[in-house]
Amino acid sequence: MTPALADAYSLAPVITACGFGILIIVGDAFLPRGGKSLLARIGVVGALASLAAVTLASRHTDDAYSGLIRTDAFSLFLESLIFVITVLVMLGSYDYLVREGLPLGEYHALLLFAASGMAVMASANELLTAFVGLEISSIASYVLAGYRRTASKSNESALKYFLLGSFATAFFLYGAAMVYGATGTTRLDVLREMFVAGRAPGPLMLLGCAMILVGLGFKAAVAPFQVWTPDVYEGAPTPVTALFASGPKAAAFALLVRILVTGFGAANATWFWAIWVSAVLTMFIGNLAALTQNNVKRMLAYSSIAHAGYLLVALAARSEIGIAALLYYLVVYALVTLGAFTIITHLGEPGERRLEIDAYAGLGTRQPFTAFCMTIFLLSLLGLPITAGFLGKFYIFDSALKAQLPGLAVMLAMNSVIGAYYYLRLVRVMYFTEPEQEWTPEPVTAGVGAVMFLTAVAALGFGLFPGPLMTFATISAQSFR
Amino acid sequence: MMPGEYFLEHAGWIPLFPLVSAALMLFLGRRLPKFAVNLFCVGSVFISFVFSAGAVYQLAHRAAEDRFFQKILFIWIPAGVYHTTAGPLANFAADWGILLDPLSSVMILVVTGVGFLIHVYSTGYMAQEGGYYRFFGYLNLFMFSMLTLVLANNLLLMFVGWEGVGLCSYLLISFYFHKKTASDAGKKAFIVNRVGDTGFLLAIFLSSVTFGTIRFTSRGFEKLVDATQYPGMLDALNIGIASGVFAVGMPVLTAIALLMFVGATGKSAQIPLYVWLPDAMEGPTPVSALIHAATMVTAGVYMVVRMNSLFQMAPFAMHVVAAIGALTAIYAASMGLVQTDIKRVLAYSTISQLGYMFLACGVGAFVGGVFHLMTHAFFKALLFLGSGSVIHALSGEQDMRKMGALWSKIPVTAKTFFIATLAIAGIPPFAGFFSKDEILWKTFSGGEEVFYKVLWVVGVITAGMTAFYMFRLVNMTFFGTSRVEHEVEHHIHESPPSMTVPLIILAILSVVGGWIGKPASLGGVNHFERWLEPVIFSPPAALAGLAERALPAAHREPMEYILMAVSVLIALAGIWLARVIYLQREGLADRLAEKWGPLYTLLHRKYYMDEIYDALFVQRTKDLATALGMFDRGVIDGVGVNGSGALTLAICRISMWWDTWIVDGLVGLTGTLVRLGSYPARFVQTGKLQSYALVIVLGVLLLLGYFLRHAMGMV
Repeated sequence: MTPALADAYSLAPVITACGFGILIIVGDAFLPRGGKSLLARIGVVGALASLAAVTLASRHTDDAYSGLIRTDAFSLFLESLIFVITVLVMLGSYDYLVREGLPLGEYHALLLFAASGMAVMASANELLTAFVGLEISSIASYVLAGYRRTASKSNESALKYFLLGSFATAFFLYGAAMVYGATGTTRLDVLREMFVAGRAPGPLMLLGCAMILVGLGFKAAVAPFQVWTPDVYEGAPTPVTALFASGPKAAAFALLVRILVTGFGAANATWFWAIWVSAVLTMFIGNLAALTQNNVKRMLAYSSIAHAGYLLVALAARSEIGIAALLYYLVVYALVTLGAFTIITHLGEPGERRLEIDAYAGLGTRQPFTAFCMTIFLLSLLGLPITAGFLGKFYIFDSALKAQLPGLAVMLAMNSVIGAYYYLRLVRVMYFTEPEQEWTPEPVTAGVGAVMFLTAVAALGFGLFPGPLMTFATISAQSFR
Repeated sequence: MMPGEYFLEHAGWIPLFPLVSAALMLFLGRRLPKFAVNLFCVGSVFISFVFSAGAVYQLAHRAAEDRFFQKILFIWIPAGVYHTTAGPLANFAADWGILLDPLSSVMILVVTGVGFLIHVYSTGYMAQEGGYYRFFGYLNLFMFSMLTLVLANNLLLMFVGWEGVGLCSYLLISFYFHKKTASDAGKKAFIVNRVGDTGFLLAIFLSSVTFGTIRFTSRGFEKLVDATQYPGMLDALNIGIASGVFAVGMPVLTAIALLMFVGATGKSAQIPLYVWLPDAMEGPTPVSALIHAATMVTAGVYMVVRMNSLFQMAPFAMHVVAAIGALTAIYAASMGLVQTDIKRVLAYSTISQLGYMFLACGVGAFVGGVFHLMTHAFFKALLFLGSGSVIHALSGEQDMRKMGALWSKIPVTAKTFFIATLAIAGIPPFAGFFSKDEILWKTFSGGEEVFYKVLWVVGVITAGMTAFYMFRLVNMTFFGTSRVEHEVEHHIHESPPSMTVPLIILAILSVVGGWIGKPASLGGVNHFERWLEPVIFSPPAALAGLAERALPAAHREPMEYILMAVSVLIALAGIWLARVIYLQREGLADRLAEKWGPLYTLLHRKYYMDEIYDALFVQRTKDLATALGMFDRGVIDGVGVNGSGALTLAICRISMWWDTWIVDGLVGLTGTLVRLGSYPARFVQTGKLQSYALVIVLGVLLLLGYFLRHAMGMV
């Protein structure tokens, strides 16, 4: 294998996704108005092909492009997750796009571009490469947030996301510059070797680290940089919200882990307390604010903040089992949240009218399968046994205890209890309340049904058989040795 | 892997064939024609049998000490590193894995072999029944669960199978769910088993903290370089014994063993949890044969033998097992003496025979227990299937008082049934003789204490009772004068070949099945004992004293012949008595029943055990529920009612106060506090971009300040 080809192998998923994205945009220009649904199919095929291309990347697990990109079990784990999310989001949004009369082509192209950016974030081994990935995924996300052009809420969402997002990424870039100024490199592995060789992290470098944390904290929506989340999530088209809550969050956490553990592992005593405080704030803010929401979409937006807090607890454990727990939880959380938002999309009705919690009254008798899946998702988010969410929380809890962090573990448990209040409230409404006005939900379409079924199977399957996924996560966590 | 071990390498597939077929039946079965149901359900079990036979054959080709094959299909639940009594051990995990060793070999052959015959039989027996696909779907699901149980390489997976067979047992007992007695019996079986399962589950928990693993052994891994990475309980036990952490009779070992035995009493219907098995006869007869005679109910025996290392380390638990086993044997046999329902006699007989198996385990004759398990599977399955054939011939009649003189009318059924009866009565050279004799001999020679002699006496008396009630059954059913009701009499017919062929095969096995374990004293070589030897734990030399159980070799053989003769003579006496009472002297049975009125009634009403359990447990549980309900209504809900009622206003106020401030208050206070907390969290959510940016800037400042302070401290 020539070096150039080997490099291309490590970026195979990214190249595939971009290629299909461009194909869709070009195809859009040539297809007649009635034939655009082909583009959606190409999109799904493209996402599946990118997922398949992850196996190509696995053939060349090493540094590529002079160390800018690193393919290891960790990056493969996250790339797989990201493209699975992309496929599911596409399956769940086709009917929505048709219902709302939104163009199919650009949407799928943008999704693929966003996914390719996230994939770069997952495998970046250098700060500027990471920044490029961050921007590719962010810019596509800004457009997607405003995809419902005629709805003012969607516009508001896009503008807020764009302005605040640019604000935050500027910090990231500034931080990268400071690190370069202090050390003369932006490569994470070189940074690590520098510390191993005995060099202590200086003030400039630590400031750089703090700035980078701001940028990533924004993207991952952790306190105190989570303020944009509810508004943006609520205003964006629901399938896009489903993506935001799963894909970019996973990619941001991947980058956070990679930068903090590889690049700044030596400074872990410093960033530990920042992560600790942020974890506590994020958990409490997310859960407490979710309590009083009557809009289900907004409630789940806050819930996604809370879950970012749980993930931070795993990061604060600073151990391999902590990272393994984080990865396991990330998969479970992303899939389950995706499923829940898909149901919100499905029940939304034209113009996203039905988002209030009361609109879910009586779902248990009107559409038992939907209500059942929603219950599984909510119970998994809540962390009840036999769902995967329980084991995810258990692994995080366990890693926190083994890292001698009983305080964080206790607060994690407290937050689970608070979460029960609003998750179960929705379950109660679905099964035990009768709607004020008679209403029949739209029948479940093939795409939405598939997403619901697959994510529900995942929520139960990973709960009953955590072994294979946990083994993969453990191997991935060993990438940082 | 050694070359040519295809079946061994794919032993993990054995449970999967019935699982696939079960899934097919339960999801699509309604639309399938009957021949397709037969093809999938019977075919899948047959393939399982072929794979089992192949795997055991290949295992037998290895040297005796290599006859272990273990394979982890996937890591099921990884749980990390834990500290245990035996010291910290690496990586506790529950696998989804299989362990094929001499013990599980015997089990899978019995389960798939007898299971296959019963499946074939069922195609004839159930041909006219509704829910045909459902029946076979459950039956296949049972096969999957049972095979998972016996092939599991760890306690937790075994528990999955354990619960699976329990579920299938419940579903199949209440197969005729429109019949109240059937659905009640199903519930009874399920709930009584739940009590036992609690014990088993606690034993698993206790094992995991004691040994740091729940895998049985580390032997048999082929591809792993380092088997120490995958420790088993046996290894932990051996290490612990060597280092002095574990000793014979340690409380924790005794506790684990006893808790496991609690589980075994539930599944294998021993005192005090035997009450569900007689009622389980409400299920279709093939179910009684497969689940409630040949396979599932022996799971408890299998478990005790599987954990024999642990039991041997806990002599007290062994004594309990032996005593409960012997007591159950004679107790159940006594109830079998007076039953009039053909299947109930067999049910009590099953409980009694299971008692023998536990007696064997309790005196350390684990091999004898498994041997009897196997021969019992043959002849008891045959007895049940034969009784099914009788019931089939008599258009559903189960009362033996309405049978008689069927010998020449259904000859195949009658002759095979007679062979099985000789086998269970312990008449040489039928299968039951060898296994029962081995148990009795091992009991007698188990030790010098009176305890073992008493157990032996109980065992011999039970053997006589067994011969008596079985020949009572045969005499009432096949001989004497016909008491069959007139309109039924016309329809009497021999069953179709799909039913009689399995009977014939089982009859052959009931004759020759025991020869494999022919004792040395009868000029044989006990192949069975040699086969199972590797799985029986022999305590390290340091623990000698445990192993010294056998009598001195000198007067061993004469004693063995004497005991053999005694047990055969007692059995013959039982047969003679049954002949006198039920064939030669008409009416003697009734006169005896009258003369011994109270005793007869006591036995007939099953020692009033159902009534006692009902009064002690069922009614008390109901009372508790009623009390809680009254508390609920009276104290919590009732407060509001009282207020509007005629009670005084003062009491009303106090109770209202209680309700509002204490009951609701505690609930409400938590909610209010939490809700209050949510306001600041939402306070920043103004929707204004500027304020959001401000919050971010504040966050940045905090973070920078903190990092700077840290940096200064460092420089």
